[in-house]
Amino acid sequence: MGTFVPNTKEQQKEMLKEIGFSNLEDLFAHIPDAVKFQGELNLPEGMSEMEVGIAMKEIADRNVIFKSVFRGAGAYRHYIPAIVNHVMSNETLQTAYTPYQAEISQGVLQSIFEYQTMICDLTGMDVSNASVYDGGTAAGEAVAACRGRKSNRALVSATVQPSVMKVIETYCFGNEMELSVIPEKDGVTDTEALKEMMTDDTACVLIQHPNYYGNLESAAEIGEIAHSIKNCRYIMSVNPITLAVMKTPREYGADFAIGEGQPLGMAVAFGGPYLGFMACIDSMKRNLPGRIVGQTVDRNGKTGYVLTLQAREQHIRREKASSNICSNQALCALTVGVYLSAMGNEGLKNVAMQCYSKAHYMAQKFAEIGFKVPETEFFHEFVTESDKDSTALLKALECEGVLGGLALDERKILWCCTEMNSKAEIDKVIAAVKEV
Amino acid sequence: MELKKDALYAKSHEWVVIDGDNATIGISDFAQSELGDLVFVNLPEVGDEVVAGEIFADVESVKAVSDIFSPVSGTVAEINEELQDAPEMINENANEAWFIKVEGVKEKADGLLSPEEYEVFCEEEA
Amino acid sequence: MLIFEKSRPGRGISALPKCDVEQYTLPEDDMREADLHLPEMAEVDLSRHYTELAKKSHGVNDGFYPLGSCTMKYNPRINEKTASFEGFTQVHPLQPAETVQGCMQVLRETEEALAEITGMSSFTMQPAAGAHGEFTGLLLIKAYHLANGDPQRTKIVVPDSAHGTNPASAVMAGMEVINVDSTPDGLVDVDKLREICRDNEEIAGLMLTNPNTAGLFDPNIREITDIIHECGGQCYYDGANLNAVMGWARPGDMGFDCVHLNLHKTFSTPHGGGGPGSGPVGCKEHLAEFMPGVKVVDENGILAFGKADSSLGEMKNFYGNFLVVVKALTYIKMLGRQGIPEASKNAVLNANYMMNKLSEKYDIAFKPEVCMHEFVMDIGRQAKETGVTAMDIAKGLLDNNIHPPTMYFPLTVHEALMAEPCETESKETLDEAIGVFLALNDLAYSDPEALHAAPVKTPVTRLDEVGAARHPVLRYEF
Repeated sequence: MGTFVPNTKEQQKEMLKEIGFSNLEDLFAHIPDAVKFQGELNLPEGMSEMEVGIAMKEIADRNVIFKSVFRGAGAYRHYIPAIVNHVMSNETLQTAYTPYQAEISQGVLQSIFEYQTMICDLTGMDVSNASVYDGGTAAGEAVAACRGRKSNRALVSATVQPSVMKVIETYCFGNEMELSVIPEKDGVTDTEALKEMMTDDTACVLIQHPNYYGNLESAAEIGEIAHSIKNCRYIMSVNPITLAVMKTPREYGADFAIGEGQPLGMAVAFGGPYLGFMACIDSMKRNLPGRIVGQTVDRNGKTGYVLTLQAREQHIRREKASSNICSNQALCALTVGVYLSAMGNEGLKNVAMQCYSKAHYMAQKFAEIGFKVPETEFFHEFVTESDKDSTALLKALECEGVLGGLALDERKILWCCTEMNSKAEIDKVIAAVKEV
Repeated sequence: MELKKDALYAKSHEWVVIDGDNATIGISDFAQSELGDLVFVNLPEVGDEVVAGEIFADVESVKAVSDIFSPVSGTVAEINEELQDAPEMINENANEAWFIKVEGVKEKADGLLSPEEYEVFCEEEA
Repeated sequence: MLIFEKSRPGRGISALPKCDVEQYTLPEDDMREADLHLPEMAEVDLSRHYTELAKKSHGVNDGFYPLGSCTMKYNPRINEKTASFEGFTQVHPLQPAETVQGCMQVLRETEEALAEITGMSSFTMQPAAGAHGEFTGLLLIKAYHLANGDPQRTKIVVPDSAHGTNPASAVMAGMEVINVDSTPDGLVDVDKLREICRDNEEIAGLMLTNPNTAGLFDPNIREITDIIHECGGQCYYDGANLNAVMGWARPGDMGFDCVHLNLHKTFSTPHGGGGPGSGPVGCKEHLAEFMPGVKVVDENGILAFGKADSSLGEMKNFYGNFLVVVKALTYIKMLGRQGIPEASKNAVLNANYMMNKLSEKYDIAFKPEVCMHEFVMDIGRQAKETGVTAMDIAKGLLDNNIHPPTMYFPLTVHEALMAEPCETESKETLDEAIGVFLALNDLAYSDPEALHAAPVKTPVTRLDEVGAARHPVLRYEF
């Protein structure tokens, strides 16, 4: 059996004796028999480190790793510079607790302060929190944060990622906010329908831009519609990679910018851990859930960092808090910091433009072989429609070691290109698709 | 404790100066010293109704949030926006750092105290 | 110095090849106008920047970390190794089921092991943290009552020593908290609980951790859960303190209907400076139909994704913090059926050893004969006699390279220091720490000013939290 207990049997006996007990079981004697577990747990024998390494490798090897991936839909494969994983595996940063003891946590706190600054810079917002669990929970939290005394209704576009919509539904099932879905028209939010749906008790309008289908929304116009009602907030869920070149949520008029942070240096990793980022305009900062780090000085006037604005949070505000979130995804926030610093301004713009250009190149190639491609503007994801069966087409690609786009139905497929997809790969996919 | 001579006090430690239909409300010097360094004030909006004996605002210190109760019923006519940028004004001079002005004062909370009575009340509480 | 101050335009790393397709141009209306201010760094400076940040932090590898209720046990390196296998990291969450059999096996094996350890029938790995698990558990209870036609069941009973998360989670689930007092021994007041629950058709359930935040196992636990069940409520187990009882007592046998665990506490995955964690939720058969997320089922040797019949929905995207689950499964496999109870046994031994030695100079809250995995010191006497508070003792520990116990919690003890040494610490480490604690007590009496001034050996001294909150500076201004 494996163990991480350093005390030897002799030491254990010695310690017991010193505190007046004769055997270890006596320490559990006060647990009533009625609830005491009898017998042994029905679990396998423990293993050595070598055996466990082999066993886990065997499990990992049961998964298929595709050399070539054209699937996004909420999880994106980007190049992760070697320095990112190197920093993330630093044992101190990895094993520290939440930085409550600020004097010995300046490193963790500073990394979060830097993360907050980068998120504000990317989104154009004034204040960022230290991150939440993922893009889905960021959406659920943002909707709850907009709730007002007289506004209890959330309008969410049908073009947001379906799993994000489901998370919002769950949060609204809990807090009993009314949730209405803004219909889709031609792959984007139906703005005319939205206008009809706006009521005085609307707390927020939430869209995703680019949306689930990769299409660009009329983000500025939707912002104006949202703000036609007093106290209605505009939440934009965005892919952070696009922000290197696209208008910031602030420039579109958003009050909250949120989204899935995974593209900023995190592996796809079967869905997690990822990170949800949340930023807002200054006047909404007290509604922002989660941890926030602020700059201050110590007794000698030296600059330092602390968790601040804590009276917003659950441990103080208790039943008046809009969220119960305690932790953030600090190590993932660190990852974002390292990734963005490694890429720099030009590097991130390069990633964004390569994603954009390759997707457009691929869409053009699809059009050339008779696939219907979007007429609307899109970023690095797009939907094709053809008379070929989606399942058969994707299966054919799988045989070539390619994870194709995501089938939306029998004829429609959602594709994604990133800087990881070479022209040769794209051409290979088009050639293979033609054969189906 | 600095008393505000022209005010009435609630046992929940707010002061109110009533002038005909109008009232000005703040928290007592005793309250600010008990609460410690205040870092934020959450005020209602102009036009909101306040009700005697009910919560209309809260104040935050680093580690606590405390509710503030209205000594009168009426409509919020003005809020002290300066407090939102400089909550330390309450610690510096609670008698001057008013929170809200109320118009159309309809009723007072039960059991408001004179400054002298309030002083005795605080001594007993301490 | 902040990374932005180290940035120099033109520096960078050579991450990407040139774009091999023609450049397409964005529509002008959607082009970014604002400048970008990301750091521009050479790799060497980047590496040194983060090394410096690590030096100004304190991890489990840096020293003893007896932070109560947080279970800061050693995080085995093998966990990190297995979680970095490309077979896990490079899997897209939306791959076809037949290409992710390994990932599904991880979910299923972990579910089975956790169900066995807690006495539950099924588990979801979707919740990302303890608070998220708590929210999930309450939603399960809500869905159950709604399905039974009991929408009026919105009151959740929690002990007065509960964490602030409990009332906040209740509000998120559209519920309201009723506090039940503790007895002077720090346990649930069963008579008061009975009074609250008698013929009360508004009771949704109970949230409890056992052992509780004072490190005490409540011997009346069956009676407590029976009272809740008799009035139609459900019992929720906060697994924060499970490290005390693995293989010794199971929440399911105590009468709980659902439970959340913290893989980042009990199952040795690192805390990451505040996350990512993982807060799986387990439940008994009668709640299983409401479970969120996916359910991995075995169809003749092939694993497939299923869904609970009346699932309450999704707690987050995809399947949870998957790599954290990989780490926890690695740990479970390594310890196995003997190692897991062994871990709890030694966690309890270490806590009792430390409590016993410290009681020479420190008052122990509720004066238990034995504690479980943690205990609470009450610094009230020292505070009265010397002016040295729990905060001062904590700051004194920082100068001795020991992470302080949890301060000022539970709220029922005013000057609380809650210590949880964990099973992964040796007698030598405990003895050394005990020496430091005892010396700090003596210092409180001989030179209290020294403790008011502490810490002095850390990268910064005590920070101005009031100033930080009054005039928040929340980002660097370019």
